[in-house]
Amino acid sequence: MNATESAVTQQVWQWLHEVGDPEIPVISVVDLGIVRDVTMAGDGECVVTITPTYSGCPAMLVIAAAIGEALQKNGVERYRIETRLWPAWTTDWMSEDGKRKLKEYGIAPPVGRAVQHQVIDISALSRRRNAEPAIECPRCGSFNTRQSSEFGSTSCKSLHVCNDCHEPFDYFKCH
Amino acid sequence: MADQKFEYLLRLADTAMVLSQRLSEWCGKGPALEEDMALTNVALDLIGQARFWYTYAGEIEGKGRDEDKLAYLRDAHDFRNLLLVEQPNGTYADTLARQFYFDVWHFLLLRELAASKDERIAGIAGKSIKEVAYHVRRSSDLIVRLGDGTEQSHRMMQQALDDLWMYTGEMFKADAVEQAMAEQGIGPDLASLRAPWLKHVSEVFEEATLKLPPVDAWMQKGGKQGVHTEHLGYLLAEMQFLQRAYPGASW
Repeated sequence: MNATESAVTQQVWQWLHEVGDPEIPVISVVDLGIVRDVTMAGDGECVVTITPTYSGCPAMLVIAAAIGEALQKNGVERYRIETRLWPAWTTDWMSEDGKRKLKEYGIAPPVGRAVQHQVIDISALSRRRNAEPAIECPRCGSFNTRQSSEFGSTSCKSLHVCNDCHEPFDYFKCH
Repeated sequence: MADQKFEYLLRLADTAMVLSQRLSEWCGKGPALEEDMALTNVALDLIGQARFWYTYAGEIEGKGRDEDKLAYLRDAHDFRNLLLVEQPNGTYADTLARQFYFDVWHFLLLRELAASKDERIAGIAGKSIKEVAYHVRRSSDLIVRLGDGTEQSHRMMQQALDDLWMYTGEMFKADAVEQAMAEQGIGPDLASLRAPWLKHVSEVFEEATLKLPPVDAWMQKGGKQGVHTEHLGYLLAEMQFLQRAYPGASW
């Protein structure tokens, strides 16, 4: 990569920082770890590689369209958006800034690192659950919370309730 | 050889697709809001996985069929899904029994496929297993809650698990396609999944105070070869209606 190309891709990363997730607009697709790579192809085409969060996430089409729009708006005429499945998306790729924004928005950010959650032994599933970390209520900061539903408004979240302030909240699952 | 891989991928795709369709039938009718959301979210994961498998299958076949053509424009005898997943939703116990048997097997299968010599298959499996780990955890939990619940929930859960037992044999019985895939290091030896499957199922049943049906029971087979129960045609009639009535319709 030469210096000019590097400057161009850095600029593209900057623009993508402005593209919000369609379901959680406060966090950008870069903060979420969805954008995996930005390169310039030999013929000057800009290639943005994205990865889906969950296999069936319906937001992916909208995300690809929003990225395309951002590029067009900034005068990038020739671009291509590619999807990459492996390595599989993980919440470990979420930026610290992104986690902070989630919390401020009222969604508890993922706790812990997903790599530690890799399941090797299927019979250990229930034992593992008992060892799961407490989730902090994004509203009052209490760790005295409980899960009310394993699934929430989107694939990536579960529903919880704070036992202290009694408010329900979304938790962005560690994945 | 490409034909066999196409067949193999179709089985993975159709199984995920058909179960996803079944679970979607619960949308808006779940016994509780949380259950409604859970089943539809699992359905969403499965349809996403099915799309990856169909797309790859279409490329391997090389006849220009994409995910939509494969899902919407084939008849029941061309479907290669497991018999288990096409069984009707029945009571909530029936739905959960079907899900539990499938999730445990699905997890074990994907764990093997994640090490496939075919990188594309390994990638799809590696992505999917993270979602399926969550599915199997939830369905295992619910079997315990209902099995070790009230007298009625115990009775219904046991009945459902007994009724669907005969559809589980197919998951471990390889035919020529699966044997060829195993020989090439693309897929696992299906029979090898049976011991860990039985182990997990037995452990959950024990915690749930449920009885394991006879391990040497007679088993149904045929789904993977296109010989289905009468239920699949109705499912496809609903799923494929729009594309059959208005070919090429799109959003």
